[in-house]
Amino acid sequence: MNSLLPILLILIPTTAYGLWYQRSRGKIRAKHTAPESALTAEILGEPLGSRATLVQFSSAFCTPCRATRLLLESVVSTMPDVQHMDIDAEAHLDLVRKLNIHSTPTTLILDSQGLEVGRAVGAPTRDQVLKSLSAIN
Amino acid sequence: MTQTTSQLLTSSDKTTTIDARGPRFAALITTVVLVAALATHSLWVIAFQVLVFAVGALRGPQFTPYSLIFRRFIRPRLKGEIPAEDIRPPQFAQSVGLVFALVATAGLLAHISILFTIAAGFALAAAFLNAAFNYCLGCEVYLLLLRLR
Repeated sequence: MNSLLPILLILIPTTAYGLWYQRSRGKIRAKHTAPESALTAEILGEPLGSRATLVQFSSAFCTPCRATRLLLESVVSTMPDVQHMDIDAEAHLDLVRKLNIHSTPTTLILDSQGLEVGRAVGAPTRDQVLKSLSAIN
Repeated sequence: MTQTTSQLLTSSDKTTTIDARGPRFAALITTVVLVAALATHSLWVIAFQVLVFAVGALRGPQFTPYSLIFRRFIRPRLKGEIPAEDIRPPQFAQSVGLVFALVATAGLLAHISILFTIAAGFALAAAFLNAAFNYCLGCEVYLLLLRLR
């Protein structure tokens, strides 16, 4: 049947994208940031942690944002030198554009200088967050 | 302070949560219905899906017929903890589906076959991603739409 071809043309690339989506979401990627693009308490609106800061960007139509917030809050609750902040992306579009954030939740891991050393798009796992935090002195 | 768009749109149901497996099951039925629509080019099939999307977008995803099937026949057979989900993300996805299904219907009515195929194809891709990969359309698309402004 002629009209089955479009269905395959839709489902095959969508499956490839879906597999990539599933593998990439939540993974923390290491980043190297130039010192001049350090984030500060003035830019973010909340104080940074003395050792590290987890900057989460969330939005209204986002199911994993809540789980990510609960996870990161629980991680930092035992670490007085690490801060977590949950920023409404919709209310901070300038910052979202500047930091090149495309989807929510996106979590930036900042060192004590406010430099982004890692980024997770999607909900990360506790182990990954602990591992990347332990790499920051 | 000014309210953001999403707060204005949904301020009345801010805290409503539903079983997160419901929308994913509904996306599975939506996938089958949209495949049937694309295979047959039937006005009735795509018009039915328009109605389902409209209920999900305007009243809420928990009121669609697919959600009723989930509650009546599927949920009683599921075990384990109920994963809760805010209704706003699936409601957003239903609204996006409604727009594409309406364009697809217009394409059929106007005998513009390629318009029907492309619009129904986007709706199928989103429903299939949700059903197969637990895709969060609102996470991926909403911020991009805002950034276009």
